[in-house]
Amino acid sequence: MNATQSTRMLTTSGSRDKRMRVPRRRPRARVRLRRLPLWIAVAALLVIVGYPLVWLFLGSFKSQREFLEEPTWALPQQWSFENYATAWETAGLGSALFNSAVTVLPALFFMLLFGTAAAFALEVLVWKGRGAVLMIFLAGIMVPAQMILLPLFSAYFQTGLTGSLWPLFLTYTATGMPLTVFLMATYFRAIPREVFEAATLDGASIYRQFFSIAIPMMKNGLFTVGLVQFFFFWNDLLISLTFANSGNLRTLQVALLNFNGNFGTTQYGPLFAAVSINVFALLIIYLVLNQSIQKGLTAGAVKG
Amino acid sequence: MKNILGDRRAAFVLLAPALLVYSVIMLVPVVVSLGYTVFEGNAISGFEFVGVDNFVRLIGDAEAHQALLFTLKYALVVTVGQVVVGYLLSLLYVFGLKRASSVVRTLVFFPIVMPTVAVALLFQQLFSIAPTEGVVNSMLAGFGGVPVDWFGDGGSAFVVIAIMDIWRSMGFYGVLLYAGLVDIPEDVLESARIDGASGWKLVRHIVVPLSLPVLISSIIFSINGTLKVFDSVMALTSGGPGTSTSPLTISVFDHAFTYGEYGYGSTLAMLLTIICLIVTVFIFRGSQRDLTKDGPR
Repeated sequence: MNATQSTRMLTTSGSRDKRMRVPRRRPRARVRLRRLPLWIAVAALLVIVGYPLVWLFLGSFKSQREFLEEPTWALPQQWSFENYATAWETAGLGSALFNSAVTVLPALFFMLLFGTAAAFALEVLVWKGRGAVLMIFLAGIMVPAQMILLPLFSAYFQTGLTGSLWPLFLTYTATGMPLTVFLMATYFRAIPREVFEAATLDGASIYRQFFSIAIPMMKNGLFTVGLVQFFFFWNDLLISLTFANSGNLRTLQVALLNFNGNFGTTQYGPLFAAVSINVFALLIIYLVLNQSIQKGLTAGAVKG
Repeated sequence: MKNILGDRRAAFVLLAPALLVYSVIMLVPVVVSLGYTVFEGNAISGFEFVGVDNFVRLIGDAEAHQALLFTLKYALVVTVGQVVVGYLLSLLYVFGLKRASSVVRTLVFFPIVMPTVAVALLFQQLFSIAPTEGVVNSMLAGFGGVPVDWFGDGGSAFVVIAIMDIWRSMGFYGVLLYAGLVDIPEDVLESARIDGASGWKLVRHIVVPLSLPVLISSIIFSINGTLKVFDSVMALTSGGPGTSTSPLTISVFDHAFTYGEYGYGSTLAMLLTIICLIVTVFIFRGSQRDLTKDGPR
């Protein structure tokens, strides 16, 4: 940094915490007043995002009568979990949760294992044509799911897989592959080649290097990609609606979508409770992992 | 040493599972789907060759035109909404809240990880009119307005869909663009301030050009998502009333699984794929030209 630049930086009023010691000319009250629109904007933002969630939570405790007769912003008159029990039973949330878990989690596992192996082969190993194969994987990011659903539906029907959870598992594993291969390849690029060359000198075979060096070194990357894809799969409606739309196959999202159909008239309390279960379960995961989730989801966007 | 890292057999073994799953479940179906466009029928009743009939039908199909128009309208409005609101949020984070922004960022980001179906059910209730007024209609009544039957016609239902999807994703784009804004070197901003640029001028002439690359990738990402919108519309209105809020994706779904017309469904899916490709290439080319015009950085 040259002399003029540093004097410039010294003479400007502090805009970063570091330079707070530079004397301010403005009196404090005026600064506060100037910041007022900012705080109003932030408050409005918090209400816009937060109030629907608070309203949802409060609604999950209200009785049908309260929904129909009391104003919509009234507080619930009792705090019983009756609505949650009703919602859990009538919507079959238990079995839906099971269906979601047994398709999404194995799909995540195989997607990560195969995808990382492919990325390793494409990025660390040296062979002719690897660039072209990487491009083939990349092309998959662009393809809308509608383009593959109809042939897959026929294929699953002809092979007799329809009526089981296999179509869902297979489709998730495959549709997650392009982004996984691409992101893992990017992470491998950041590892110095010397690591693998040294391992080769020490006599480690390729497979040994993959399982004992590459996978442990990719821990963060695997976690990030797994998290991103977890949300895609868990919240997916299109694929589950296509392949798992009958009673006992329903995933959480399909069960939720069919919630109103289980009653003659809308039972508001249980409906709000069912939505609450879905939202607040994810909220807990989100609060625990929030930094990694923000980083992961945005990484998936910029590069994908 | 090259020998081991250049082991072709090992490369094949590691690559094969991923490539096999990907080819069988994504690449082959794309080709088959293209093939379907010259057939009509479905998995259960069998297929019949119809030549270019599906394309002829597409040209004269008013419903498909409406779906195409809805898709484009939705993509335009929601992409602009998502990116503009997200950009305003990121400006707020970087220049307004500075280091105190993390709590606000965390809260505003959350809706994007919520299940779309849950968000849609929530918005149905927020905007409901009967048998009980939701929050929005209560507020309208409170301010002396007339409650609106939001889901009664395509126009107002579209407004709810757009509001919902912008509400869901604004925090996501806020964080995405925030990452780009944080990278702008502080001394560039400082010297611009000394040269007398402040507020809107600073944003317009310094911040926007410097964050253009991340802005462009946000737009590409956003428009690719909005052109393929399915979950939120399906869960909120299922394309109704009638087919007035039905995008191409729901038309594909309806034709294939309600009417059993795989051929015509695939033709519509192909139209969607082509639009996605054209739009992405178009934005990408446009942005490249802009970047070279502004000089390398």
